[in-house]
Amino acid sequence: MREVAVLGIGQTKIDEQWEKSLRELAGEAVLAAMLDAGITRADALYVGNMMSGSANHQQHLGTYIADWVGIKNAEALHIEDACSSGAAAFRSAVMAVASGAVDVAIAAGVEKMTDSPGSEITAELATAADQDWEASQGLSFVALNALIMRRYMYEYKWERDHFAGFSINAHANGAHNPFARFQEPISEAQYRKAPMIAEPINLLDASPMGDGAAAAVLVPAEMLRRGNGRKVIRVVGSAAATDTIAIHHRKDPLWLSAAEKSARQAYSQAQIEPKDIDLFEAHDAFTIMAALSLEACGFAERGQGPRLAMEGEIRPNGRIPIATRGGLKARGHPVGATGMYQIVEVVQQLRGEAGATQVEGARYGMAQNIGGSGSNIITHILMCE
Amino acid sequence: MENPRHWRIRKQRYALVGEVCPHCEAKIFPPRDVCPNCGGEAKTQFNFSGKGTVFSFTVMNDAPAGYEKNLPYAVALVKLEEGPIVTAQLTDLGDQPVQIGMPVEMVTRRIRDDGDEKGIIVYGYKFRPAMSSAQ
Repeated sequence: MREVAVLGIGQTKIDEQWEKSLRELAGEAVLAAMLDAGITRADALYVGNMMSGSANHQQHLGTYIADWVGIKNAEALHIEDACSSGAAAFRSAVMAVASGAVDVAIAAGVEKMTDSPGSEITAELATAADQDWEASQGLSFVALNALIMRRYMYEYKWERDHFAGFSINAHANGAHNPFARFQEPISEAQYRKAPMIAEPINLLDASPMGDGAAAAVLVPAEMLRRGNGRKVIRVVGSAAATDTIAIHHRKDPLWLSAAEKSARQAYSQAQIEPKDIDLFEAHDAFTIMAALSLEACGFAERGQGPRLAMEGEIRPNGRIPIATRGGLKARGHPVGATGMYQIVEVVQQLRGEAGATQVEGARYGMAQNIGGSGSNIITHILMCE
Repeated sequence: MENPRHWRIRKQRYALVGEVCPHCEAKIFPPRDVCPNCGGEAKTQFNFSGKGTVFSFTVMNDAPAGYEKNLPYAVALVKLEEGPIVTAQLTDLGDQPVQIGMPVEMVTRRIRDDGDEKGIIVYGYKFRPAMSSAQ
């Protein structure tokens, strides 16, 4: 297998982008990544997206986006893996370049969520769960996470307020990210007063949806070492694992076994341990998911994830910084694009381009994208040579 | 609405019909013909009692399309006394506060309809506070 490096990155602001279509968003991110990489052609394009078929009545996104950005005759695929579609596209590009089948690959994630009414989007998001045995009972995706959070609070004796630190950190960091959906810090008092969506999850536990796209250009690392003076950001770990699609089938619904398995594999590939990770772009779709991810990836004891937030260890200067550019909570969660935003943000950190939320001396950055309620989890570790 | 997909799981929706593994005796709901516990073939029918306890719960204040007119409604993970956990709505709660560990029992209720005179009405299981525990 060849070593793979990220040559270029691009992203759009996450927002209600009424003026922009699905392909315009994707095109903006892909062309920005190609410009950043200094390339005008690519061999392959992998597009991660969850719901274009229902939300935008457009499938066949590989071709649709490749055509739009003008990479004529390139191989192109649409990859759907619910909320982890973005990381699935990135992993596909990594494997294509590593195998030697492709020299220049573009991975993109895009989601255009505001073309459909909110209640329809809520129903479409729930298609990531088991339709017959979860969603058809009238549960939303928020509700599924609320069931996990309630049980977690019960078993490990946490109060709602103990989760505030996740949201406060994300918003504090998002305030310095011009691509973030929300760029204002929030206070603990605001967190306490936020309206309840599905108890115990309130509006400030939950990540906002939005329209957005992010992309990266991957090439063999050897190509970069021939010298253009730029830092070589290498993909040193890439692993994916699944769990049951329905929460009710898990032996332990409070443990992200797919996160544990994919993170362990990624650590092993990178030949490092959790303590070597300088920053972690976790999938904080809900505050409870941030806590569970930190535990499963070896940064906190079982049931103790919220302690890291309470003690400030997740801030940019803490022991394990998360959501350094706002995370899903403040940067936003355009479902199928999110995994690619995480990659872009890790690259920014490793290049030293993260501005006010730069993690000093960052060498290893990890991104973890969760599909469904912990059902499909993809972990990447990037390293600055 | 997709009629066949609701119709073909009517035994589960109306009567919690699952399976029991002939090898390890694990009870399985919904049926999947392969035991998730031991991996053996498991096609022996098993009728669940419908009795269980609340493992976790929440209240929906914002519903997916098709469920809006039920708002607000409680949903739960219910641990059946035979072992499996099912995801379902809670019903007939009245003023009773829901708690983890609360005994509940299965009843058949309307889950959703198309909101006009056409189309099917989907019935299925919900769980109410157990009558026996109220005595």
